[in-house]
Amino acid sequence: MRRIVIDPVTRLEGHLKVMVEVDAGKVVKAEVAGTLFRGFEKVLVGRDPRDAVFLTQRICGVCPADHATAAALALDEACQVEVPANGRVLRNLMLGGNYLQSHITHFYHLSLPDYVEMPEVVPFTPHYTGDFRLSKEAGEKLAAHYFAALNIRRKCHELVAQFGGKMPHLASIIAGGTSQNAKAERIAAARLLLKDISGFINTVYEDDVRLLASVYKDYFQLGKGSGNLLTYGAFPLDAGGGKKLFARGVYQGGAVSALDPGQITEDVSHSWYTAKSGGRPADFSTQADADKAGAYSWVKAPRYQGGVFEVGPLARMWMNGIYQNGISAMDRIVARMLEAKFMAVAMERWLDELDPAGPCETAVEIPYEAEGVGLTEAARGALGHWVKIRGGRIERYEAVVPTTWNASPVDAAGKPGALEQALVGLEVPDADNPLPVIRVIHSFDPCLACAVHLAIPGQPMAEFKI
Amino acid sequence: MRNLSRREFLRLCGAAGAAAGLADVLKPEIAVAFAGPAAGKPPVIWLQGGSCSGCSVSLLNSVSPSIAEVLTGVISLKFHQTLMSAAGDQAMDVLYEAKKKYKGQYVLIVEGTVPAGAGGRYATLGEKREKPVPFIRLTQELAADAKAVLAVGSCASFGGIPAGQPNPTDSLPASKVISGVPIINIPGCPSHPDWVLGTVVHLLKYGLPDLDAHARPKMFFGSCVHDTCGRRKDFDKGKFATRLSEPGCLYKLGCKGPLAFADCPTRKFNGGTSWCVAANSPCLACVEPEFPDKSGPFFVRMPEYGPAGTAAPQPREVKLLGGDK
Repeated sequence: MRRIVIDPVTRLEGHLKVMVEVDAGKVVKAEVAGTLFRGFEKVLVGRDPRDAVFLTQRICGVCPADHATAAALALDEACQVEVPANGRVLRNLMLGGNYLQSHITHFYHLSLPDYVEMPEVVPFTPHYTGDFRLSKEAGEKLAAHYFAALNIRRKCHELVAQFGGKMPHLASIIAGGTSQNAKAERIAAARLLLKDISGFINTVYEDDVRLLASVYKDYFQLGKGSGNLLTYGAFPLDAGGGKKLFARGVYQGGAVSALDPGQITEDVSHSWYTAKSGGRPADFSTQADADKAGAYSWVKAPRYQGGVFEVGPLARMWMNGIYQNGISAMDRIVARMLEAKFMAVAMERWLDELDPAGPCETAVEIPYEAEGVGLTEAARGALGHWVKIRGGRIERYEAVVPTTWNASPVDAAGKPGALEQALVGLEVPDADNPLPVIRVIHSFDPCLACAVHLAIPGQPMAEFKI
Repeated sequence: MRNLSRREFLRLCGAAGAAAGLADVLKPEIAVAFAGPAAGKPPVIWLQGGSCSGCSVSLLNSVSPSIAEVLTGVISLKFHQTLMSAAGDQAMDVLYEAKKKYKGQYVLIVEGTVPAGAGGRYATLGEKREKPVPFIRLTQELAADAKAVLAVGSCASFGGIPAGQPNPTDSLPASKVISGVPIINIPGCPSHPDWVLGTVVHLLKYGLPDLDAHARPKMFFGSCVHDTCGRRKDFDKGKFATRLSEPGCLYKLGCKGPLAFADCPTRKFNGGTSWCVAANSPCLACVEPEFPDKSGPFFVRMPEYGPAGTAAPQPREVKLLGGDK
């Protein structure tokens, strides 16, 4: 038996530590831990509700448009405003643009060095050695695309900034719509950028994923995890948001069914929070406890009907019926690429829908007392914000983020999180170079800054109209 | 390629240069400063504490020099969690080796706050003898042998949002845990890539840049946002927007430009694409120590805090910079 600790797991957002126990060349136990706590939601209490859009973006520099969207949706509901068409479409474009940035960054800059030998210079050296299978020629081509992709991911952010002011941490998503109008020159600039980005996705990104998938075929059999998928749905296509680009649902035991958000609970049995911080959301009273015996992570463990679910691009592509090949490390990489293609097409349509003469915001009045929920999909998966307003201020705020689903610790029933399950059974021939472990971790695209901010209890989710 | 004097460099980094783009200025400068194998590339160690990684992501958006040029030709980035190939002990070994090998030569960049609460256990990085290493201890150890420390972003510079009321993790800015080594603050939420790279180049070529009272390089943080804003003329004429999407000065809608010192209005973000006010959104004064507790609420006119929306009682006690002094 050998214990391998990878701390930090690099090339992801935030602080992640993974421990695996290897026996006879196979992982028999895995622990995935978040090693940072900021208590973000506590900071929100007492502030002007409208500020939540700006403040919650700063939970994560990789998914700011995503948090802004969830916060704005929660505030729209609390303030009972209807967002004008331009506002809805501009929000979609900003979130969509960040999806493209996020997916391209994930494949080339976070994931690729697991499969391709990069030039032997810092920051690419040292690295794990062993199972690198590409020919010298193919490897050099993909390494060159690492640099080309830096340029493209930058353009994705420039596209978002056309409407958002800047990225990361955009300025124009607000309660009631957007502050930026659908200016003709901004639309034209975005169109040009999107053309470049789409060209890269369709001619380079897709081919590179196909190449990787053909050479590392065995990874279609590795890193399955819980086998359950969950989505909140996102990108409203009509005024009421009844029609969405991405469907909402759960996939379990071979069948897709409707999601009942009232069935979501959070478990803290192995997280550094007091016992009262978990169980039914109605009983929440979250309090950090850094000395808790048996705990090993700052990440909580969300569960749906007690089950362990995976969220992210694969879940979305599955729920939409676009890609249902399987659930594995390589399927996640393929689904992410397919989603980028799908999103680029949707964004072209949205650019056409914008009306330069139309309004983009509806005036918002902060109610004395109200509640709101914003359920959306971050690039990495299901994202929800819950806000409770009292006296015109934020009384409570809670965000349940994608990586808490994927990188959750063991729950009270002894069920490990999705990523932990995905690691168990993995063959690790060389314990000093645990490439398969790193590859499976990265396939989930963990985003730990998002996952480890929790501090304040949410409203009982069953009470929200969803 | 020209070998610019410090004076010329400053001028080009400043407002005049910002309009032209730091790009063309910086590129030949970098080539002159760091060309040739003998010179070697300056080692940089980048640590992330109580952060969102937004400042790292912002650096990736650098246009000129491009981030590819920065990584391959400008600096030798020994340690950066988001970018490096090494993981786990291998990565930590790189860190400790660089500390030893480049003692007194490397630039330490700190992104995010340094959480001091719970004995440093709110943020840890790597293990030593199977025990997690508190980020606060690591920062202090690395700073001790650095040539200089750059606190990148508002969290590392002043505490930012993690240190906002009630500061749940007792988060501190880098300057509060480090002593005996020069510290430069490069705030912003996120910091602009030009601010970071321009400061690094100045530091390595000319030494410490001139700093203001908040230890910010004057070449980037020397002018008031309100004074260089394209809507200043609207303010002077009394033309105020009553809704964000309208034209006019955003002062009455909560813009904190009068509190903020940075060159955002001329430099803009994402390769000159836009900035907050150009997107009809109020300046948050995110480059100031007052962000976010005193520069918020963000949609309420400074300096007084009126009711938020229609029915908020009990004005919160807020003292704003430049208020009713």
